Amino acid sequence: MESYLFPFDGLLCMLLGISFTLWFTLLLIFIIVPAVFGVSFGIRRLYMKSLLKIFEWATLRMERGAREKNQQLYKPYSNGIIAKELVSLEQEIQEVRRSGIPAPEPEFDMSDIFSFCRRGVESIVDDEVTKRFTAEELESWNLLTRSNYNFHHISTRLTVLWGVGVLVRYAILLPLRVTLAFTGVGLLVVLTSLIGLLPNGWVKSSLSEKAHLMCYRICVRALTAIITYHDSENKPKNGGICVANHTSPIDVIILASDGCYAMVGQVHGGLMGVIQRAMLKACPHIWFERSEVKDRHLVAKRLSDHVADKTKLPILIFPEGTCINNTSVMMFKKGSFEIGCTVYPVAIKYDPRFGDAFWNSSKFGMVNYLLHMMSSWGVVCSVWYLPPMRREEGEDAVQFANRVKAAIARKGGLADLLWDGGLKREKVKKVFKEEQQKMYSKVLVGVSEDSRPFPVRRTSHNRQQV
Amino acid sequence: GTYGIAQTVRELSVISHSQITRLYSRFHSLDKGENGALSREDFQRIPELAINPLGDRIINAFFPEGEDQVNFRGFMRTLAHFRPVEDNEKNKDPNSGEPLNSRNNKLLFAFRLYDLDRDDKISRDELLQVLRMMVGVNISDEQLGSIADRTIQEADTNGDMSISFSEFIKVLEKVDVEQKMSIRFLH
Repeated sequence: MESYLFPFDGLLCMLLGISFTLWFTLLLIFIIVPAVFGVSFGIRRLYMKSLLKIFEWATLRMERGAREKNQQLYKPYSNGIIAKELVSLEQEIQEVRRSGIPAPEPEFDMSDIFSFCRRGVESIVDDEVTKRFTAEELESWNLLTRSNYNFHHISTRLTVLWGVGVLVRYAILLPLRVTLAFTGVGLLVVLTSLIGLLPNGWVKSSLSEKAHLMCYRICVRALTAIITYHDSENKPKNGGICVANHTSPIDVIILASDGCYAMVGQVHGGLMGVIQRAMLKACPHIWFERSEVKDRHLVAKRLSDHVADKTKLPILIFPEGTCINNTSVMMFKKGSFEIGCTVYPVAIKYDPRFGDAFWNSSKFGMVNYLLHMMSSWGVVCSVWYLPPMRREEGEDAVQFANRVKAAIARKGGLADLLWDGGLKREKVKKVFKEEQQKMYSKVLVGVSEDSRPFPVRRTSHNRQQV
Repeated sequence: GTYGIAQTVRELSVISHSQITRLYSRFHSLDKGENGALSREDFQRIPELAINPLGDRIINAFFPEGEDQVNFRGFMRTLAHFRPVEDNEKNKDPNSGEPLNSRNNKLLFAFRLYDLDRDDKISRDELLQVLRMMVGVNISDEQLGSIADRTIQEADTNGDMSISFSEFIKVLEKVDVEQKMSIRFLH
């Protein structure tokens, strides 16, 4: 028995050996070497174009299937499903009253309740905030089960295609990407630790830049991310702060593969901690202990000190403080805008056709999320570097933050909201209800407001109003 | 599933299949406990509703007397009050009774926002409580009291110092209730 297995055994080993070598050589030539030098063969773009054609075909087939059964396809609409009044609540209530002239006595109309009531029910059917914390619904199907609402319209051909897709994603793409990810992260830790041994100076910072860029580029390929950078002449410079809208942890990899930044964050334990400590050896990043995060003065001081030193890299901050689903930009926390240096805004917009990059941290942990990302088709996004902004005379931090936010929202084609991203987990503050009550009291008493009815916070129902 | 409910809903008012699917999707996203029913906390999680001065009264309208959960049928039934009136032209059956989104039923919905104890009368006390919800701390008790007195005086025709539903209808006969209490779907 054993005698005739032997030659096959040897043959098998040889075949395995050859295929592994081939695999790694291909990996090296097509992925790692271009990453080191920052060039691209264009394979990913070709991949993207072919995928798009397949998705269109799939959607057309589903529509055809639906039409045959005389039903309509469910089409999600992220712009809102009901018609809302464009006038403010205050204006609506004022319409029934004599406008502008203060009345001798407060005028109450029993019909005032209708406006409050209807707006309340409108927000129950469709509100501006809660839908930002779940993944955006897609209009065309991208062959992932996770994003399909029209299950009953899938024909056999589509099912086969989907099956092939699953095979390709889990058996080919996922192992490849995981290998690349480990390579990228491993190289980062090793190289930055080695560079940390050098004395401070031009050589060290130059090498550190190259090492960081190279490793981030490998990670970009590990996610099959196809990124288009616009307006690179506005790239952040030393002594400034770069702010961007936040959708997922991948944002960091996307920005850091095109430029060098000083990262800001909390010190973690485990693998993250190892990476953080290694990165710190090569160039100055800002890592806070958990206890220090609460102390706003300490945070502000460390940021200002870093920014004042022109040899240090620009700081990368995400002022929303939490991940939002990339259909809107929510309130920017004013901390980074109080420091008084140049702010470089960056807008990041993911193409939702390829897979949703949003990290719903209430539902998935980080590892789960990364696996999810690595087993989808890829990530396609656009990055716009906006011209630098400074705080103007007479503008406070909050106004400056809102100005920057509006610029980012406009460039990225996102809705500009004044609501706090913290509403993902917390209740809304009572003060906003009190503002509504104050507004109504003024209307009752007959005082007319000037052009800005609400003192500070107002929701934008419609992004075109910005 | 949604098909049986859709049948019930179509008896209540005219809503298309895709609109029902959308509302079911919305119901499901509000239902954090994933138990097929919404509690008051689920509604209060909507920031725009939480800052509405009458938010609690509106939420209350979804829950039948003494209950703490509302299922999808109940959710749709309450929302049906806000269908625009012109959709009723398709529903010509004279035996089907008054649809939930008729002018009368919209007025009844608003009346019940004022009528806290559900005794079909708005007393001075109830009116004061609702006014206090709407103005917060910005108007004094005396001023609010005189507003309430004046309102009841204008509306009350039978002298019982409270507002009945028919008196309520009379006061609002010139108001375009259909437009103010209707929500149109975009698609």
